[in-house]
Amino acid sequence: MKIIVPVKRTPDTAAEKVIGDDRTVDRDAGESVLCPVNEFSIEEAVRLKESQDAEVTVLLVGPESAQSTVRKALSYGLDGGLQVTDDAIAGSDALGTARVIAKALESREWDLVIFGNQSTDARTCLVPAAVAELLGVPSLTYARHLEVEGDTVTVHREHEEGWDVVEAQLPAIVSVVEAINEPRYPSFKGIMAAKSKPLDVVSLADLGVSADEVGAGNAAATMYEFEPRPPKEAGTVVEDDGSGAAAAQLADWMVDKKFA
Amino acid sequence: MAVPSPFELTPEQEQFRRVVAAFADEVVAPAAADFNAEGRFPIEIIQQMGEMGLFGIPFGSEFGGMDGDYLTLCLAIEELGRVDQSVGITLEAGVGLGAAPLDEFGTDEQKRRWLPELCRGEKLGAFGLTEAGGGSDVLGTARTRAVQDGDGWVIDGSKQFITNAGTDMTSIVTVTAWTGEKEMTSIIVPVDTPGLSIAPPYRKIGWHASDTRELTFDGVRVPVTNTLGERGAGFRQFLKTLDDGRIAIAALAVGMIQGCVDECVRYAGEREAFGGPIGKQQAIAFKIADLEVAAQTARQMYRYACRRKMAGQSYKREASIAKLYASEQAVTAAREATQIFGGMGFTTDTRVGRFYQDAKILEIGEGTSEVQRLLISRDLGL
Repeated sequence: MKIIVPVKRTPDTAAEKVIGDDRTVDRDAGESVLCPVNEFSIEEAVRLKESQDAEVTVLLVGPESAQSTVRKALSYGLDGGLQVTDDAIAGSDALGTARVIAKALESREWDLVIFGNQSTDARTCLVPAAVAELLGVPSLTYARHLEVEGDTVTVHREHEEGWDVVEAQLPAIVSVVEAINEPRYPSFKGIMAAKSKPLDVVSLADLGVSADEVGAGNAAATMYEFEPRPPKEAGTVVEDDGSGAAAAQLADWMVDKKFA
Repeated sequence: MAVPSPFELTPEQEQFRRVVAAFADEVVAPAAADFNAEGRFPIEIIQQMGEMGLFGIPFGSEFGGMDGDYLTLCLAIEELGRVDQSVGITLEAGVGLGAAPLDEFGTDEQKRRWLPELCRGEKLGAFGLTEAGGGSDVLGTARTRAVQDGDGWVIDGSKQFITNAGTDMTSIVTVTAWTGEKEMTSIIVPVDTPGLSIAPPYRKIGWHASDTRELTFDGVRVPVTNTLGERGAGFRQFLKTLDDGRIAIAALAVGMIQGCVDECVRYAGEREAFGGPIGKQQAIAFKIADLEVAAQTARQMYRYACRRKMAGQSYKREASIAKLYASEQAVTAAREATQIFGGMGFTTDTRVGRFYQDAKILEIGEGTSEVQRLLISRDLGL
């Protein structure tokens, strides 16, 4: 079985974000890391590697400097990397990114693609389904459990009321949520081995993607304004005076917030 | 153009340091107050460290090691020691005392038999040198003897303060014993050998989650093929082992100092008294500045000793300086950090409170401060 795990380089979630004049995050202003959600998609791939001898390739769309992120992903024990680097990609929206990933996937053989369900910077959750749509393959998103038997992939698809059991024939695209596993730490051996794993860097031209399908100028979504997230408000304290009023107050609050 | 600094870590060393730091913060630190209070050897954490390859770092892949270097091992010890000293010393002793003598002096057959499982962290080895009479002056004080009987050694005597000797994952202890007049030999003893008794853990002031035992050898019989390297090489072997260990103990001490800095910066920013955070008071801020000075200077010294060792240069004096300086600064750091935390610092729920307990042994183990001064002054020709 051949698996591809698309990963993203994202700003460190703990760091202060700087928005540049072009209304995108200034990625040089703070430290960038392997998107934390990818630790879960990588772990799932590593488990399939261990149990079914899967060959796992990591895919990254990003600037040349993101190569360290590919190596970081490889340090978990993956087999090789494919990096798409092209100045024309800068500022792409989710759809533009999905077009590049879809073309990159078309350039390789694979049975299963395992995405994280979202990235910690944009959090659109759009890319996995968009890629599946572009490629015309099954899309199994929000997986909190994943198994592969023969050429069938089965996932537990998480939603607000629990999960659905969904299955599809390979090749298929899956996105996983953080509840799916507990990622391991990379081993020292994995870190040392990562630097000698094969890594192909390709351009848009190599993949046959036209520059007018991607980039900020061709984005379907336009950002007009942004503002920092408002600071957290203090919570409501319900005092129990013994009269039972507190219970009613709590129940009203839960109904109001649609918890009940 | 940036000039490459001899003090910089390679990208792989830096990446590995970060992974161990994350493991220390996310897995070790949250559990440390409890396993120390219970005096429990945290075997599940040690096994996870084994899976990450920590116990095999400086050893060759031929025998299951990771082909890493000694500095990388010290980085791991420092990062673990930053959150918990017991876990740090377990790694230091497991690698430096348990596996390293086997790797350095053992025969291929001995390495094949015992080293891979030590490298994978599935088993732990221990090194039995210290006796009731003394440690560094083992020639003058040791009593443990091994007598050859046919194709076997028969060992009688006892050893004190032996780290990792009695855990559920301990496989072997290498003991130094007299095998003739002025002849000392190291012998590998599997811990399940009849006649070897392992006493209950010591009641220590600190290092509550590290396993430390007294061992008694009563007619313990092992094959002569368990001789580590050559007969009579024991004295030279343990001197070398102790030199390396001093660098690693310095790294462990630096971890403690850095942990004190981190905890004090956080606490002094949060804790308010007299109308503001206590970190705004010079009496507190200057103490923390001094801790930072100690952390950085002690770190450079142990890494310098480490780089000399890795470059094949002499490093005995540098190892002693690193160990002496780092351990004495760690004792000061733990005392001052506890002072900054006030009453909270006197509880073992705080990291600095536990550091206060753990600091003292750093001035004692792997050669006391007095022994370090002795070695440095002798090296100066005094």
